[in-house]
Amino acid sequence: MHIAEGFLPPAQAAAWTAAAAPFVVHGVHSLTRAVRADPEAKLLLGASGAFCFVLSALKIPSVTGSSSHPTGVGLGAVLFRPPVMAALGTVTLLFQALLLAHGGLTTLGANVFSMAVVGPWVGYAAYRSVRALASRLPEQTSLGAGVFAAAFAASLSTYTVTSLQLALAFPDAAGGVAGAFVKFATVFSITQIPLSVVEGLVTVVIVRLLSTVGREQLLRLGVLRGGTAAGAVDGPGADASDETAGPHEPTSGPTSEPTSDGEAKA
Amino acid sequence: MSTTSGDKAKGAAHGTESGGGRPRAWATWALLAAAAAIAALPLLIGAGAHLEEPFSGADAQAEETVEEIAPSYEPWFSPLYEAPSAEVESGLFALQAAVGAGVIGYTLGVLRTRRRLRAEAATAAAASPSPDENGPTAGTAS
Repeated sequence: MHIAEGFLPPAQAAAWTAAAAPFVVHGVHSLTRAVRADPEAKLLLGASGAFCFVLSALKIPSVTGSSSHPTGVGLGAVLFRPPVMAALGTVTLLFQALLLAHGGLTTLGANVFSMAVVGPWVGYAAYRSVRALASRLPEQTSLGAGVFAAAFAASLSTYTVTSLQLALAFPDAAGGVAGAFVKFATVFSITQIPLSVVEGLVTVVIVRLLSTVGREQLLRLGVLRGGTAAGAVDGPGADASDETAGPHEPTSGPTSEPTSDGEAKA
Repeated sequence: MSTTSGDKAKGAAHGTESGGGRPRAWATWALLAAAAAIAALPLLIGAGAHLEEPFSGADAQAEETVEEIAPSYEPWFSPLYEAPSAEVESGLFALQAAVGAGVIGYTLGVLRTRRRLRAEAATAAAASPSPDENGPTAGTAS
C-alpha cells in the first residue's frame, strides 16, 4: 500500500499530510497517556508495534500473481483502541520510507492516513460489531471472530484507501476517478483479499497466545471478557485508564454504540 | 502450550469460563496451518506463471498503473536513501522483521514467566493452611 516517493502531486501530498497530522499527534498523546495510566501496558504496546513491524515486512504472494504485505495494525487497534496505532503505524512507515525506499516522506501523510488511521478505525469498528453480534458464543470463539474481523477489515480497507488516494491523484482519461479507482483497486484490493485472511488468522493466533500467557493483561484491557474472579488480580486495576475502558460491558447486546468515553469516530 | 497454572482452579470454581475461556492448542496450530496454506497456495497452483514477472510487488504495479494513466507525470521527489542492491534491501527487510519478532518473543516470554512465578507464589501461599479456603489448589504448575 505504499505510495512511492514523489508519486502524489505536491498539493495532494500536502493535503494528506495535513489530514493525517492531527491523528498522529492525538495518537502520540494517547500513547503517553496509556503508558502513564498503566506502566504495565508498555509490554503489550511494544508487542503491538512490533507486530506491525513484522507483518509489514512480509511480502506474501497472492492468487492474482502479484505479492503484497499485510499491515499488522488490527492487533493494536483491538488491544489499545485505534488512536495508539496512528502513532505506532507511523513509526513503521517512517522506518520503511527512510531505510527501505518503500513509501516516502512526501507520501508519508497519505500512507499514514490509509494504514495508521483508516485501517485501525475500520478494524476496530468491525471488532466491536462482531463482538456485539457474537456475544452469546463462548468467549474464545467470540474473541477470535472479532479479532479476525478487525485484522481482515483493517488490512483490506487500508489498501482500498490507497487505491482511492491514487485514483484522486490520477483520474483515468476515459473513466475519471471511478475508472482509475477500479484500476488501482484491481492492483491493490483484490491482491489483498487472501493476504487479509492470512493477516486475520495470524492476528488471532497472537491473541490466543496472549490470552493464554497474558490473561490478566487482556482482562484489564477489557479485550477478554467474563473473568469473574480476575478482578482480584493485583492492585492497579482501578485506574485502568479511561482510554481502555471501552469494550468492557460483559453482557449488553448493542455494544457498538459509542460509550460515554469512547469518542465517536469523527 | 500447557495451560496449567494457578488460576485454573479459580476458573473451575466459576464454571462460566471453563468452556471457552481458554484457547485450545490444536485450534491455534490449525489456524497457523491455514494461514501458511493460504500463503503458499498461489505458489503451488502457479498463479503467476502466465505473467512476465510473477509475483511482483503490488506497490510497483501501482507505479506502472500511474505511468499508464498519466504518462507525462514525473515523480517530483526521490527517496533520500535507496539500498544499493536487492541483497542489502532484503537484509533491511529481514532486520525489520527480526526486530519485531524479537520484541514479540520477549513479550510472550516475560508474560509467561510472570504468570508462572505468580502461580508458584499462589501454591506456596496455599500450602500454608488458611481456614476459609474452598479446597486445596492442587495440580498447579511447578
